[in-house]
Amino acid sequence: MLDADSGVTNPATSVAGTDAPAAEPKKGGGDLDAPQTVDAVLRESQVETVMADLERDLVGLAPIKQRIRDIAALLVIDRLRLNMGLQAQSPSLHMSFSGNPGTGKTTVAMRMAEILHRLNYVRRGHLVAVTRDDLVGQYIGHTAPKTKEVLKKAMGGVLFIDEAYYLYRPENERDYGQEAIEILLQVMENQRDDLVVILAGYKDRMDTFFQSNPGMSSRIAHHLDFPDYSHEELREIADRLLAAMNYRFGEGAREVFGDYLARRLKLPHFANARSVRNALDRMRLRQASRLFADRYRELTEADLTTIEPSDILASRVFG
Amino acid sequence: MMTNTGNRVTQGQFSFLPDLTDQQITAQVKYALENSWAVGIEYTDDPHPRNTYWEMYGNPMFDLKDPAGILTELHDCRKTFPNHYIRITAFDSTRGWETPRMSYIVNRPPKEPGFGLARQEGDSRAIRYRISSYATDKPEGERY
Repeated sequence: MLDADSGVTNPATSVAGTDAPAAEPKKGGGDLDAPQTVDAVLRESQVETVMADLERDLVGLAPIKQRIRDIAALLVIDRLRLNMGLQAQSPSLHMSFSGNPGTGKTTVAMRMAEILHRLNYVRRGHLVAVTRDDLVGQYIGHTAPKTKEVLKKAMGGVLFIDEAYYLYRPENERDYGQEAIEILLQVMENQRDDLVVILAGYKDRMDTFFQSNPGMSSRIAHHLDFPDYSHEELREIADRLLAAMNYRFGEGAREVFGDYLARRLKLPHFANARSVRNALDRMRLRQASRLFADRYRELTEADLTTIEPSDILASRVFG
Repeated sequence: MMTNTGNRVTQGQFSFLPDLTDQQITAQVKYALENSWAVGIEYTDDPHPRNTYWEMYGNPMFDLKDPAGILTELHDCRKTFPNHYIRITAFDSTRGWETPRMSYIVNRPPKEPGFGLARQEGDSRAIRYRISSYATDKPEGERY
């Protein structure tokens, strides 16, 4: 007997897994109970609830939502084709999200992982968000293991590379970013079933990145542009953010906030929804100090939840 | 050795069963990951039963969600060491240290020559026994 010293506890439960079919089949293969209608697939996968959440929770972004609906439709039809025994080559779903700061790229990526999971395109549906630092090493021989480790963690889900253009630094020919790109490309091509890669970043720099890496550009089937939010959409976002934090605009405050946004839009470094959130956070600070100053006043719920116009007017954009 | 015809090394789990297929390995790895155990790949060409410390192929893999990453690594390891013993181990850290929970061989040499038994006569005619694999007569790397 040679296994006496292998030092392994041998839980009976783990043996049970041996003859169970490995990892539930990725796509239903030609069986009779398989759904035959679009409705059946949708009901089974419950993808519609995610789509409805997306529609409801995200303001604007019409072209993005349309593209996500298209992708979902393709995957549903592919499922049906597969159930009929027709060949359905799994489509390449690597994506690039380009747009200005605060336009919802990360939020959509998170939803995308959920949708692809519901449609059985990825097995787990988790999102691994990384930047250059997580992929590129400091010295020779450091990059490949680092990139591979991240890729392994992302398998079965979505790998989200934020500010992907930093991977490629043409001004330094000894930069290790190129190595990470090559490993990425290889996995994107060969293990399409195992993970979906989403590259994100600002529009102009992403365009330069793709121009200098044609291999990357051609392996990405979906280039999605995130439009800037309109003034009205930003106000709606502010309403929703406030409601989520249990605050509300006091009398006249909403109009003052609209005025604030109009002024803020003209200033540099406007980051769409992120700027709105930051502005709201500063207003909460001012509201808190205002209430704080009134030491002996008994505060009602309305006092604690209301943002007054004065909290907004104190901002430096009105200066 | 009569219970184990064919001289197959039997260490760890499933070693009396036919070799696991990739599909079965995937299922086992999935089981380990669902228990949030870290999975590592180890190889050796010294099959002695007391050789518990095998070489690690890369680092143990933490925080993985899906078996695909481990299978990729296993394929790489098989490509590098086609004639070595390769095993997959799963470590449980819930007690504050890494406890081996699973360990099973996923690759073995095509021909396993088995073990020889040597007797040594010691003091007072006491007999000491020693076993060694016929393969380990050759230097490392040329054994299988």
